[in-house]
Amino acid sequence: MTVDTTKKTHAMTSQQRSEAGMAWLFSAPALILLTIFLVVPFIMAIGLSFTDQRLIPNPNLPTRFVGLRNYIRLLKDEAFLRGLVNNFYFVLVVVPIQTTLALFLAILVNQKIKGVNLYRTIYFTPVVTTMVVVAIIWTFLYNPGKGLINAFIQAISFGQLGPYRWLQDTKLVFPSIMLLSIWQGAGFQMVIYLAGLQDIPGELYEAAEVDGANKIQQLLYVTLPQLRNTTIFVVLSTTILAFKLFTQVEVMTKGGPQNASMTTIVHLVHQGWGNLKVGYASAISIVFFFIVLGVSLLQRRFLREEREVA
Amino acid sequence: MTTATKVHSTAYRVRKTTRHVATHALMILLAFFFLFPLIFMLVSSLKNDEMQVTADMSSLYAFIPRGDIGFQNYIDVFQNLEFGRLMLNSVIIVGSTVLLGLMVNSLIAYALARLSFKGRTILLSVIIALIIIPFESVAVPLLLLVNNLPWINGATSWLDTYHVQIIPFIADAFSIFLFYQFFIGLPKDLEEAALVDGASRLRIFWNIILPLSRPVFATVAILQFLTHWGDFLWPLMVTRGPDVRPLTIGMQAFFGQDPRLWGDLMAFASMITLPVLFVFLLFQKWFVQSVASSGIKG
Repeated sequence: MTVDTTKKTHAMTSQQRSEAGMAWLFSAPALILLTIFLVVPFIMAIGLSFTDQRLIPNPNLPTRFVGLRNYIRLLKDEAFLRGLVNNFYFVLVVVPIQTTLALFLAILVNQKIKGVNLYRTIYFTPVVTTMVVVAIIWTFLYNPGKGLINAFIQAISFGQLGPYRWLQDTKLVFPSIMLLSIWQGAGFQMVIYLAGLQDIPGELYEAAEVDGANKIQQLLYVTLPQLRNTTIFVVLSTTILAFKLFTQVEVMTKGGPQNASMTTIVHLVHQGWGNLKVGYASAISIVFFFIVLGVSLLQRRFLREEREVA
Repeated sequence: MTTATKVHSTAYRVRKTTRHVATHALMILLAFFFLFPLIFMLVSSLKNDEMQVTADMSSLYAFIPRGDIGFQNYIDVFQNLEFGRLMLNSVIIVGSTVLLGLMVNSLIAYALARLSFKGRTILLSVIIALIIIPFESVAVPLLLLVNNLPWINGATSWLDTYHVQIIPFIADAFSIFLFYQFFIGLPKDLEEAALVDGASRLRIFWNIILPLSRPVFATVAILQFLTHWGDFLWPLMVTRGPDVRPLTIGMQAFFGQDPRLWGDLMAFASMITLPVLFVFLLFQKWFVQSVASSGIKG
């Protein structure tokens, strides 16, 4: 009897052991790759941010530990500060506009009317257009003097406004980039909202209608509260994307004129890759990481609160 | 009484029709807002005469194919800019990243979802935590790293190669998470029956899990494809010549040349956009579902 049990336990352990071996075998490729190409560079970023490491080290000047010097320099780096301010400016303008537009589009294409699928497809089309292409088309549209957007502004203002030098004017350049970013991104958020709308139980609307709620009241008291989690996700993921702003700026203006369209990541790339200052760029990376981490933790907190309430 | 109801219903119908027309008008206006840059791109790309392109760009003629219409710009882009080469590079890089990623990420996700082993829960939390680290924050140290990595052919740097654009992006924490979520939702009965029959885990994965998991494979493939087809920051840093460059970098390099030939640029842009647009229109339902499922997070 006793012997039997021992045997059984032994058999179980060996089977478990083989299953564990299998599990590690299945996991190994992903774990090795994630370690080398994500975890190691991340730890390197922390370490390098305290050094004056260059991309191509000068044999006569060995890399030194410089303490907090990179971080202290960041505080006085005008381009970096301008980039950071611009990122917040972008968040403040683009996040509310894009979120509202996305919700509005989602409500429009969620109606049961003819041709609605076609409209949904059209609104989503910019999302599958590569950002480099988007940036180049819009540069053409923003042509100073006689571009299409100038022509449009002049036409609707009966010749009172314009022409503007959209991408050369320090005040207009960043809003111009915001507009095309909204154009490209709204469809993505629309689809996420659409999924959220379709998850709302129809009985809620029926009940609201019985209570005499009109369409606007239904939107305010049924739709919006039901979309709370979706909205948190859309707002915070758009915020993170706003801090990653790079491609369209690099293609259209490289952060200019006079740093007017500078962003954190544009500055990071120019320092680390352009000027080969890996140590300094690593310090920017770490600051950037903590901003993104903060937004992500905010998101998880909001979503958890919701679960606890529910 | 009857007349009153009739009047009421006519008014109701009129109001309904008005609202219907207004809704459609609004949707058409929005459709124009989302389409006009793309129509502008396509129409301009077809105008053979560069003078025509710039002359038309500030009026409604920008949206009307007129004058000398043809594919001269497309031919130019193919002949002068090695467009074929760039397209091949993009297909190789994105294709390999997506396919290898599907294998690597689904395997670990399956282990996390179904196999019991020590450290499983910790590993899962670590993977979920890794989702937060944005690529941008590791890009520069990674550049330093790959610049000093050896390769099988004896090279001492990974710069200016295909593999430097593929290998770092195969494993992806968010893809693992999407696979994991799907796998834990699958019923266990089939697997248990197969285990009793003595099938190996790899066989079970291949014969039972894969056929059941087509939706999640499609989702991950589409999301990874959309991300990497537009990749710009990394290839900008790691490629110098046109040999292994993807389309995005080739397009930007061409855009930086003076004088800017807008007809050719728009032809180039159209050729990057149209294949993706075509694939999107074919698999539209999948695209939309993939994006929607990327929203269920946290």
